[in-house]
Amino acid sequence: MTHLSFIAAASGDSSTSRLGAFFTHWLTQDALLVVALGGIATMLVRAARSERWQRAATRFRRDRTGIVALCVACLYIFIGALETFRVPVGGGDTRSLLDFAVAGIPDERSYSAPFGDHVITDTKPQPDPLKSDHHLLGTEALGKDVFVQTLKGCRTALIIGGFTSAIYIPLGALFGILAGYFRRWVDDIIQYVYGTLASIPEILLLISILFVLGPGLGSISIALGTTGWVGLCRLVRGETMRQSERQYVAAARALGQSHWNIITRHLLPNVMHLVLINFVLGFSGIVLTEAVLSYLGVGVPVGTASWGMMIDSGRGELSRDPVVWWNLTAAAVALFGLVLALNLLGDALRRAFDPKRG
Amino acid sequence: MFSYLVRRLLYAVPILLGVILLTFLLFRVVNTPEQAAIHAKGPKSTVAARAEWIREHGRDRPLTVQFAMHVKRMVTFDFEPSDQTKRSMGEIFLKGVGPSLCITLPGFIAGLFAALSLSLYQVFARNSAADRNLTILCVIMMSVPTVIYIIFGQAVLALELSWFPVSGFQWGGLGMLRFLLLPVGIMVIINLGYDARMFRAVFLEEIAQDYVRTALAKGLPVSRVLGRHVLKNGLIALITLTVGQLPKLIMGTLLIESFFGIPGIGNVMVQAIQTADEPVVLATAYLGALLYLAALILTDVLYAAADPRIRLS
Repeated sequence: MTHLSFIAAASGDSSTSRLGAFFTHWLTQDALLVVALGGIATMLVRAARSERWQRAATRFRRDRTGIVALCVACLYIFIGALETFRVPVGGGDTRSLLDFAVAGIPDERSYSAPFGDHVITDTKPQPDPLKSDHHLLGTEALGKDVFVQTLKGCRTALIIGGFTSAIYIPLGALFGILAGYFRRWVDDIIQYVYGTLASIPEILLLISILFVLGPGLGSISIALGTTGWVGLCRLVRGETMRQSERQYVAAARALGQSHWNIITRHLLPNVMHLVLINFVLGFSGIVLTEAVLSYLGVGVPVGTASWGMMIDSGRGELSRDPVVWWNLTAAAVALFGLVLALNLLGDALRRAFDPKRG
Repeated sequence: MFSYLVRRLLYAVPILLGVILLTFLLFRVVNTPEQAAIHAKGPKSTVAARAEWIREHGRDRPLTVQFAMHVKRMVTFDFEPSDQTKRSMGEIFLKGVGPSLCITLPGFIAGLFAALSLSLYQVFARNSAADRNLTILCVIMMSVPTVIYIIFGQAVLALELSWFPVSGFQWGGLGMLRFLLLPVGIMVIINLGYDARMFRAVFLEEIAQDYVRTALAKGLPVSRVLGRHVLKNGLIALITLTVGQLPKLIMGTLLIESFFGIPGIGNVMVQAIQTADEPVVLATAYLGALLYLAALILTDVLYAAADPRIRLS
C-alpha cells in the first residue's frame, strides 16, 4: 500500500525521470538489495581466507563494543529486510512481511499520544472506553502508528545506504587501484576528476544534483554516490601506491602476471579492509545526510516512510498545542541508534585491522 | 614563495574549468528544457508560460551556444537574476553575506578553539577514564543528526525555556548578540564531536614521536610540550583537518540560517530550492565551489609557510 502511493507520487511528478521510476519500483529495489547483500557476503567469504582478515576476526571477537554494535546493526538490517521482502496479495497489491507482523494495529484519524485513548485533534476529545489497542508510540498526522512507521524507516535508510554503497564502492575502489597502480597519466586523469568533484562543497553538489534530478531514492543514491567515491578513491590510491612498492607485486610482475591478475588477485585483497571500514563509516554518513536532504526538500518523495521526513515534519509538530513530540523523537532515536552502532562498528573494525592505531 | 603561489594558482585553472563544465552538464544538459521549465514553473503551468521560460533562459538555443554563454556568465560573474524575486545575484549576495559571516566566522573560530582544547585535554589525560569517557561522548555527539541539535536548541532552549529569541536577526548592539548566541553555539556543538576526535588522533600520533620524549626528558613541563612542540608539529595535519571542515560549515549555515530565520546566503539557497529557483541554486553552488577552491589554495600556501620542505616538491 505504501509503496503504491509512492510510485504514484514518483510517476505523477513529471520531473522524475524514467530512471527514477525504475529505482522506486519495489521489484528493482528488492533485486538490487539482494545483489548488494550477496556481493558483500561473497567479498567477506573470499577475504576471510587471508591471514590478515583471520587475525582481525580473532581480535574483533574479543571486542565487546564491536560485537554489540554488530548485533544492533544486524537488528536494523533484519527489520529493513522484513519490510523489503514483499508478497503479492492479489489485485496488484503487495504486502511486506512487516505488514503481516503488525497487521493488528489499526490506523487512527490523526495524532494520538503514546498510549493515548483519543485523537488529540478532536475538538471535544471523547475517551473511548472500548478502545484497548493503544499505540505504543502514538500516531502521526494521518493516523498511522508511529512505531510501525519508524520500523518502516529502516528500509528506506537501508535502501539508500545500500544503493549508494553499490554505486560508490566499486567506483572508488576501482579508480583508486587504477590510479595507484598505473600512476602517470591514469593517475593524473583520476586525480583531476576527483579534484574537481572535491572542490565543490559536498552539500552544494548534493543539492545541485538533487535539484536537477528531482527527489527520489534513486536520485539520492546517485547524488550521494557521486560525492562519496572521492574519499574512498583517495584512501585506496594511497594504500595501493604503498602496496605496489612491496616485493610481492614486483615478484608477481616478474613472473609475468597480467595487470588484471595483479590488481584482482594481489592488490584488491590487500586494500579490501579499507573498503570495509569505509563502507561501514560511510553508511552512517549517508543515513545522516538523508535527514538533512529531506529537511532541505530534496530528499525522499512525499509519502515515503523515512526518518528524515519524520524529523522534518516533527519541526512543525513541536509548535502545536499540545506538543506532538513522539513522531520526532521516535525517528531521531532510531536514526541515532543506527548511526551510533555503525560508528562504533567501524571503529571496532579499524581497531581489529590496525591494533597499533586504534 | 611567489613562484610557488603562481604555480598553485595555475593548477587551479583546469579545476575551475572542470567545475564550470560540471555545472553546465548538471543545469543545462541532464534535464531537457521542457523538464526544467516544468520544474521551475510547476506542473500546472501553461504551455505558453513554459515556452516563455525556456526562451528567457536561452534554453532553446543550440547546446554549443548555451555552453559559450554559460562559461561567459560564470567567468565574468554575470549570473542570471532570480526567477522568483527578479533581483540580481549581486544584490542578493551583498545582502546575505554579512549575516552569513556573522554566524560562520564566530562559529568556525569558537568551534576550532573548543575542539582543540578538548582534544589537547584528552591527550594530556590520555588512557585515563576521563579520556575514554570523552572519546565515547565524541562518538555519541557525532551520531546525533544535525537537524536534531538545531530542533532541540530551538524548541527547548528558545521556545520552552525562553533563554534565547526563537528566530530572527538584527544588526548591531546587544540585540545582535542575543540573536546570534544560540545559532553560533549550535554551530560549535554540531562539529565538536568529529573535530575533537580527529584532532585527538593527530596529537596522539605526534606525541609518540621521539622529540616529545626528549623534550619531556630534559624537564619541560607537559603543558609546554603540548602547547608548543606538539601543536606546532601537528600543524600540517591540523590545517588539513580544519579546511576539510569548511564544507560542513556550509551545511551548518544552510540549516541554521533557515531554522533561525537569519537572512543570509544559506537561507536564500534553502528558499531557492523550495521555490525551484534555478538561477539562484546554480549561482550559490558555483560561488560556494569557488570560495572552497580559494580556501584549498590558501591551505597549500599555508602548508608551504608552515613547512618549507613542501615548496620544493
